Amino acid sequence: MTSAEAVPPAPILELVALHKNFGPLKVLDGIDLAVRPRELVFVIGPSGSGKSTLLRCCNRLEEPDSGAVIVDGADIMRPGTDLNAVRQKIGMVFQSFNLYPHMTALGNVTLALRKVQGLARDAAEARGRAALAQVGLADKENSYPNALSGGQQQRVGIARALALGPKIVLFDEPTSALDPELVGSVLAVMRELKAAGMTMVVVSHELAFARAAADRVVFMEGGRIVEQGSPEAIFGNPREARTRAFVSRLSQGHG
Amino acid sequence: MAEILDTFFNIEILLRVLPFILEGLGMTLLLCAITVPIGLAGGLAVAWVWSLKKRYVNWALVVYVDFFRAFPPLVLLIFVYFGLPFVGVDLSPFAAVAIAFLLNASSYYGEIFRAGIESVPHGQWEAARASGLSRFQTMRYVVLPQATRNVLPDLIGNTLEVVKLTTIASVVALGELLHAARLAQSLVYNPTPIVAAALIYLALLWPAVRLLRHFEHRHLVAR
Repeated sequence: MTSAEAVPPAPILELVALHKNFGPLKVLDGIDLAVRPRELVFVIGPSGSGKSTLLRCCNRLEEPDSGAVIVDGADIMRPGTDLNAVRQKIGMVFQSFNLYPHMTALGNVTLALRKVQGLARDAAEARGRAALAQVGLADKENSYPNALSGGQQQRVGIARALALGPKIVLFDEPTSALDPELVGSVLAVMRELKAAGMTMVVVSHELAFARAAADRVVFMEGGRIVEQGSPEAIFGNPREARTRAFVSRLSQGHG
Repeated sequence: MAEILDTFFNIEILLRVLPFILEGLGMTLLLCAITVPIGLAGGLAVAWVWSLKKRYVNWALVVYVDFFRAFPPLVLLIFVYFGLPFVGVDLSPFAAVAIAFLLNASSYYGEIFRAGIESVPHGQWEAARASGLSRFQTMRYVVLPQATRNVLPDLIGNTLEVVKLTTIASVVALGELLHAARLAQSLVYNPTPIVAAALIYLALLWPAVRLLRHFEHRHLVAR
C-alpha cells in the first residue's frame, strides 16, 4: 500500500448515468457518483428529489431503468449477477428501522448470517453479539424490538447491517423517525463507524452530523446532482442558488 | 324426564353402538388429518403465487378462489368422485376427498394467508431482501410468521369449518362420525347415537373455539 498516496483507491460504489422513472416522473435523471473506501458521502435534497431512490438503486431494492451500479468492481446490473451475494457487501439502514418484530435483537442480527451466509448458529451468534456490542447493545440481545426505544431499535438495525461484514453501509434517513433525544445515540454509533473506517452513504437532514463527519456533501434536486463538495463548501459557500436556498431553509428548520 | 333420557341418551343403546361410533370418530380424525394440512398447504401455495404479483396469474387466481369459494363443496366432491371417472380418472374415495378439499379449503385458506401477508409492512420485505435473503426465505422466515400471527383467529375459524365439512365425505362412502351415527340411529330407531356424535363434535371443537376466543380477545385488547 505504499502507492496509496499516488493512485486513488478504486471506488467501492460507483453509479454511472443512473436513470429511474416512476411513470412519467424522472426520479433519477442521470446520476454519476463514486464513493471511495472510508468515505462518508452525505446526500441532502428536498423531499422527492430522489435521494432515497438513489440509495435503493445501489442494491437494486429499486430497479434502475438504465445505467450502471458498480459495487466493488463489478457491475451488478449485468444479467446473471447473484444479487443476494452482492447484497452481503451492502448494508442498509432504514428510516423506520424495519426490525423483525417476531425475533429478538440477536435473532434480527443473525438471520441473514445463518440463512444467507450459511453460518452455524454458534458462529452466527458470536458475530451477532460482536455487532450488537459495537452499537452498545450487548445487554439487549434477548430483547424484542417492541421492548427497545427507537434509538435502540435503530442501533440494532445498524448492527444487523454490520454483522454481514459489508464493504459499504447505506443509511436512509436513519434518525428521521426518532424522538430528538434519541437521535444522539444513533449518530454517535455512526460517528464511531466512520472513525473505524467504514464506507458510508447517508441520506439525512442532520446538518451538524454532516459538518462533523461527512467527507463530501451531495445536493440533489429533481433527480440530478446539483452540486457536491466538502461540507464547508456546500454549507458555507454553495455555488448554486438552489443549494443555497435549500441549505438556508434546512438550517432554519433544524436550528 | 326418564322418558327423555331413555329416548335421547339411552345408555344401553349407547354402549351397543359405541364401537360403531368410535370407528366413525376415527374416520373423522383421519379425514381432518388429511384435509386440514392439504388445505393449509394449498392456501400457502395460493398466497405465495399471489405474492409474486404477476398480473395475469393473479387474475387467474382470483377466478380460482372466487369459483371454489362459491361452489358448494358437497357438489364439488360428488363431481370429483362420480364425474371424473367419465373422463377416465378413477379415484379412491380418499383421493377424491383430498382433491375436493384441496380446491375448496385452499381458496379460503389462501385468502386468509393473502390478507395476512398483506398486513405485514413492506419494510419487512425490504430489510430482509436487502440483507440478501431470497424471496422465498423472506417469506418463510420474516413475512409468514408475522402474517400467520396476524390472521391466527381466521385460520382457527376456518379450520373449524373444514373439520365440520368433513361430514360430506360420507357421500363417497367414507363412514365418518355423523354418517356412522345416522346409520346406528336407523338401526336402533333411537336418536341417542346422533346425540353422542354431537357431544363428540362438541368435545372436539370446543377447545379450538375457546382458543379462538382467546386470540380474538387479545386482538380486541391490543386495539
